[in-house]
Amino acid sequence: MARVVVDVMLKPEILDPQGQAIVRKLPQLGFEGVAAVRQGKRFEVELDGPADEAALEQVRKIAETLLANTVIEDFEVRVL
Amino acid sequence: MDAARVGVITFPGSLDDRDAARAVRLAGAQPVALWHADHDLQGVDAVVLPGGFSYGDYLRAGAISAAAPIMAEVKAGANAGLPVLGICNGFQVLCEAHLLPGALLRNVGLHFVCRDQRLRVDNADTAWTSDYSPGQEIVIPVKNADGRYTADDDTLKALESEGRVVARYLDLNPNGSLNDIAGITNEAGNVVGLMPHPEHAVESLTGPSTDGLGFFTSIIKRLVNA
Repeated sequence: MARVVVDVMLKPEILDPQGQAIVRKLPQLGFEGVAAVRQGKRFEVELDGPADEAALEQVRKIAETLLANTVIEDFEVRVL
Repeated sequence: MDAARVGVITFPGSLDDRDAARAVRLAGAQPVALWHADHDLQGVDAVVLPGGFSYGDYLRAGAISAAAPIMAEVKAGANAGLPVLGICNGFQVLCEAHLLPGALLRNVGLHFVCRDQRLRVDNADTAWTSDYSPGQEIVIPVKNADGRYTADDDTLKALESEGRVVARYLDLNPNGSLNDIAGITNEAGNVVGLMPHPEHAVESLTGPSTDGLGFFTSIIKRLVNA
């Protein structure tokens, strides 16, 4: 049984106020030198069979159809 | 003549479906309860997608409802000219279903914002705004956590140049919406998405005004005159 990861991130030009809130907190916690944080989502998709090209193509379709809104987000698919 | 029939879809987690139905009735039409899992619009003359937190906003607000069974009929109807109004979560569903361009993201201040909001109706030619005059200012409640309208530059330019921004926030932008956009319409003007809640401003007893009633009387006038 293969596991495929789909990472979803807001497109670079889209404002991410959650990431901004996180980065502003860091100095108070003693962490210096962080210029920016952007928050995304990670999905782990478990397949019935192997992660062959057909299965990966279907996962890409799933990502495009549901997991990501490609109007505002980019995604990457990789086998774990 | 029979009253116009306006459907209100209930999704799992819809909150404002009853208020929307009540607004439809106060405006003089017959509300028809529609269910997300049915493939049936029951022959209604127009459809309202109400506010709320369908599916708990899981994944993205409106993302899972956009794939509800009844949305197949809503899409086919909308493309054939059926008037559709999405309020708040309903607006999010319409964007996720690609019936309207762009997307609604987390408010810039990260807070849930709930207050009476002054708006300007910039497009009084849509199916849902013809009872307003262009540039009319109204006050209706706004209440959302994911209300920041976002679209790419080309889409924004097209919306502006084609007059498809239906309403804009005045005084204070509650969520960081681009160009202060509170509502937009599709090219044909039959599909409208609005982040604030006209259905909560239809009676002086419970609303800040009765300014919201115009959305519902607009559609009824259009249906009666059709």
